[in-house]
Formats: sequence, structure tokens, C-alpha cells
Amino acid sequence: MAAPIIEVENLTKSYGQHVALDGVTFSVEHGEVVGFLGPNGAGKSTTMRILTTFLAATSGSARVGGNCVFEQPNQVRSRIGYMPENNPLPLDLRTIDYLNFRAQIKQLNKNISVKRINEVVEQCGIMDVANRYIAQLSRGYRQRVGMADALLSNPELIILDEPTSGLDPNQVRSVRSLIRKLAGKHTVLISSHILSEIEMTCDRVIILHEGKLLANGEMSTLMAKADLTVTAEICAPLLDLKDWARGMAFESAEFTEQKNGYVRCRFAGAKTFDIRERIFTSMNELGWKLRELSRQSPSLEDLFVSLTKEKEDKR
Amino acid sequence: MSVFRTLVHRELSMFFQGLTGFITISAVLFLIGLGFLVVLFGLNGEATPMPVTQVFYGTYFFWVILLLIAPVITMRSFAMERASGTYETLMTAPVSDWQVVLSKFTGAIIFYMILWAPLLACSIVVRFYVGESAILGIGTMCTTVLGILMIGSLYMSIGCFTSALTRNQAVAAVSSFALGAALFFASFFSYFTGDRTDFLSLVANHISLANHMESFTRGVIDLGAVVFFLSLTILFLYLTHKVVESRRWK
Repeated sequence: MAAPIIEVENLTKSYGQHVALDGVTFSVEHGEVVGFLGPNGAGKSTTMRILTTFLAATSGSARVGGNCVFEQPNQVRSRIGYMPENNPLPLDLRTIDYLNFRAQIKQLNKNISVKRINEVVEQCGIMDVANRYIAQLSRGYRQRVGMADALLSNPELIILDEPTSGLDPNQVRSVRSLIRKLAGKHTVLISSHILSEIEMTCDRVIILHEGKLLANGEMSTLMAKADLTVTAEICAPLLDLKDWARGMAFESAEFTEQKNGYVRCRFAGAKTFDIRERIFTSMNELGWKLRELSRQSPSLEDLFVSLTKEKEDKR
Repeated sequence: MSVFRTLVHRELSMFFQGLTGFITISAVLFLIGLGFLVVLFGLNGEATPMPVTQVFYGTYFFWVILLLIAPVITMRSFAMERASGTYETLMTAPVSDWQVVLSKFTGAIIFYMILWAPLLACSIVVRFYVGESAILGIGTMCTTVLGILMIGSLYMSIGCFTSALTRNQAVAAVSSFALGAALFFASFFSYFTGDRTDFLSLVANHISLANHMESFTRGVIDLGAVVFFLSLTILFLYLTHKVVESRRWK
């Protein structure tokens, strides 16, 4: 089996007193689409900047395609396509001139570069704006120009830092489908602080929290660890309902009174079994009317809470 | 080499993409023209034993242009890229730190030399009217251009250095101006030392930009001056490289 394209071991980065990354270890195989998940300040961008040779780590090692990012930065740079956070672009250039400039500094052969520019322009759907100044482009188009640049040299590894931030839902969808299309041909590392984003595009997720690696694995496995929340709207007196909930031994229960005698309840149950069935059976027995019963997929916050709790429990 | 050429081309295109480059060119054109007018009125049709370039150099217009224009040209080189974030895409492309530093410096120096082109035109006009080659020989012209290039290299390298230190163009310009002005004012030490030959006086003479520059405008290539300008330029380019590199060891 080929060596992983990214190998990170015990990576630590501190800015003075502040530790941005604290002993992070992970690896990424060829052709994987991996999501980097974490709230702002978790160390996602720092890790990406180290992998792209922009910053050096305080300690630890990082290799891209077998090349050390500290010792052989140029070999690493020619293997990656990188779109930094906020996708910085020179506003004074036309899209096509910018891509030409990037192709030249990425040392693409002249014949290949013309072909590649045409390919990425089509792939990213920026044919219409190829001759327009970047300053005149909408955010969605600029994002695609940034992606086109990352794809230009047909790199083995594509690193995209928050590729969908600040985009409207339609633009998010088009960027997402573009990323999905890259799977298999390239290895892709994407960062985001939106769980659903990563869930839809990635095979595997690496979760960072306060500079530490919190989890690393398949999305579904991680989701199963989060507490499930169930929302129900029940027609019953509030006091009786509270007594009943205590009897059911939920982990937590919240109630909001609605019109028509209904109460909106949020229950958090155990992760090992689905509490919806129990609630439904119980309602039948008591003869209370039930007009909604739904399970929410956990939010990033829920996942964090359960993952940090799990870590603390292990200690 | 082609990467370097591309980077220099990009630097130069930045001057001409917006109005900044053209405004700078106009301002310098105005100052050079004004300087020459002052020279011509000052001479008032009388003969002068000095080459006209040396007379122009004596008007202080030369220093006003150099001290003001150098920060304007170089302030954007690194600071703007850092502020806009394009620095990150540039430095993660397969280019070396030296390629980036030298391309920014080369772009600045080429633009700076373009700014001085009107000086040649003015000198040629003067020579044409005077009709006397002694007042401005080809040799004097060449050494003046060499002098302008030498002192320009030093000021551009200082500008690149201060620009690499910050992401704020105004801070870059002000610190580059302060350093440049300090070097210029250090020239005046040599006025106080006169012909003394003690160590301090020799140092004062050696660091005098004004003296070095004057010999160029007289038509003399002073090897000491060339070494002085080149070594300081290399020093500041080396420091710029270290600042650029520092993101990887901070």
C-alpha cells in the first residue's frame, strides 16, 4: 500500500504564550476527501498553513507525499493546490490573466498551461467571467476563481480553507458539488466550522478543538456518539408532563408551552437506543395527543459536548 | 528564470494597473522640469564650468525626488500583499523566498529608472540648445545614470525591507522615509569634518551619500562609492529576505 499523502505527527504550534496546535497526529490516504472540523480558533487554518509550507511548526513533523514541509518546501508546494481562508485574490487583474500568472509561477509548461486553464475554467464554471476584472466578480465567482487556481497544476493534494464561508445557499451547493467531483482524482482536505457541510462532502472527518485532536474517523461513527435529541409536541397539562418525563428518566428535558394546550418538549436520551418509540408507546397508554415527534441530527456543538465529555470520562 | 520574469512583470503591471503609477510619474516629471527651470534661470545664460547634471544635482530637487518617491514606490511591495492576503497564495506557490524578494526589488528599481527618464530628455534639450558637448558629455550622462541607479538600489532595498516588516502601507512608507532621510542627513557630518583625516572624519566622508553622488554627476566613477552603495543594498536585501523567511521560524 502506498504511503499516506499527508502524515502529521505530534504537530505543535505556539504563538508566544498561546498554543494554537497541541500535539496533533493524523494521516490522510491518497484519494480521500477529508474534512477538518472545528470552531473558529481550533487550529484548522494553522494546520493547513503548516501543511502548505507557509508557516513552520514549533515542534513535530509533517510530510506531504513523503516530503518534509520544513526541509523540502518547494517539492511540497509543487504537489499542492491551496485556497487560503477568505480566498485572497488580486483585484486588479482579469480572471484569465490571474490564472495565466498563476500557471507561470507554478511552472506549468506553456502548452500544458493553455490546456489546463481552459479545463479549470470549464470545471469551475467561470467561462462567462474569464475576461472580467476580479474586482467586479461576485463572492461566489471569486470563490470559484480561487478553486480554479488551486486545481490549475492538477495537484495530488488540494487544500481548501473554509471554501464555502460567506456564500449564499446556491453558491454553497455549487462549490459542494465541485468538491464532490474532485473525489477520487485528487486528495482533498477541506476545513469548515459547519457540521452539515463536512457531512455532505467528506468521507472522513478530523475534529480539532482548542488545538487538540478531538476525533478522527468516519462521519457516521462520530455522529453515533452524539446524544440524540427528540422534539415532541404533546397535549397535556405541563405539571403532569414534567412528572411523566421524570419517570421516563431522560438525560434532559425542556418544555415550552404552546397555544391550544400543547407543550413543545425537547428530550435528550441515551445514545444507544432511540427514545422515539418509548415516547410514542407511552403517549398511547396515557391517551395524550401527540402532534409531532422528530429526531434532530446533532449539531456541531452537540457533537463537541459529547466528544469532550467522552474524553473526560475516559480520564 | 521565467518564474522570476513573471514575478517582475507582475510587480511592474501593478504600478500601471491603477492611477498610482501615473500620478507618481507626473509628480516626478513636474519636479524634474521645475528643477531644470530653476537651473536655467539660475545660470541666466552665463557659462558654467560644471556639467549641467552636477548643477541640477546641486538644486536639492534630486534629493526631494529620491526621498519622497522611494517610499511611494516600495511601500506596497510586501505590505499590500500581506494586507490583502495574496502573500499567502504567492508564498505557497513553488517560488523561493529569494525569487520573491529580488523580483519585488527589481520591479521597484525598473519603475524608479522609468521615473528618471525625463532627466535624460531635459539634459538632451539643454545640450541641444547650448550646442556645446563639454557641458554634458555622453560619459557624464552615463555616470549620472549609474549614480541614480546605485543610490536608487539602496533606497529601493530600504523600502522593500520596511515594507516586508509590516502589513500597513503607511507604516512602511513612513519608516522607509525615516531611514532614507536619516541616511541623507548623515551626509552632512562630512561638512563639519572638513579635510581632517582622523578616523571619525573618514567614516563621515565614507557614509556621505551626497559626496558619493556628486562624484557620479561630475562624470567620475568612484569605486569606493560603488562598493558603498552595493554593499548597503545587498545588506538590506539580505535583511528583507530574513524577514520574509522569518514566518517559517517565528
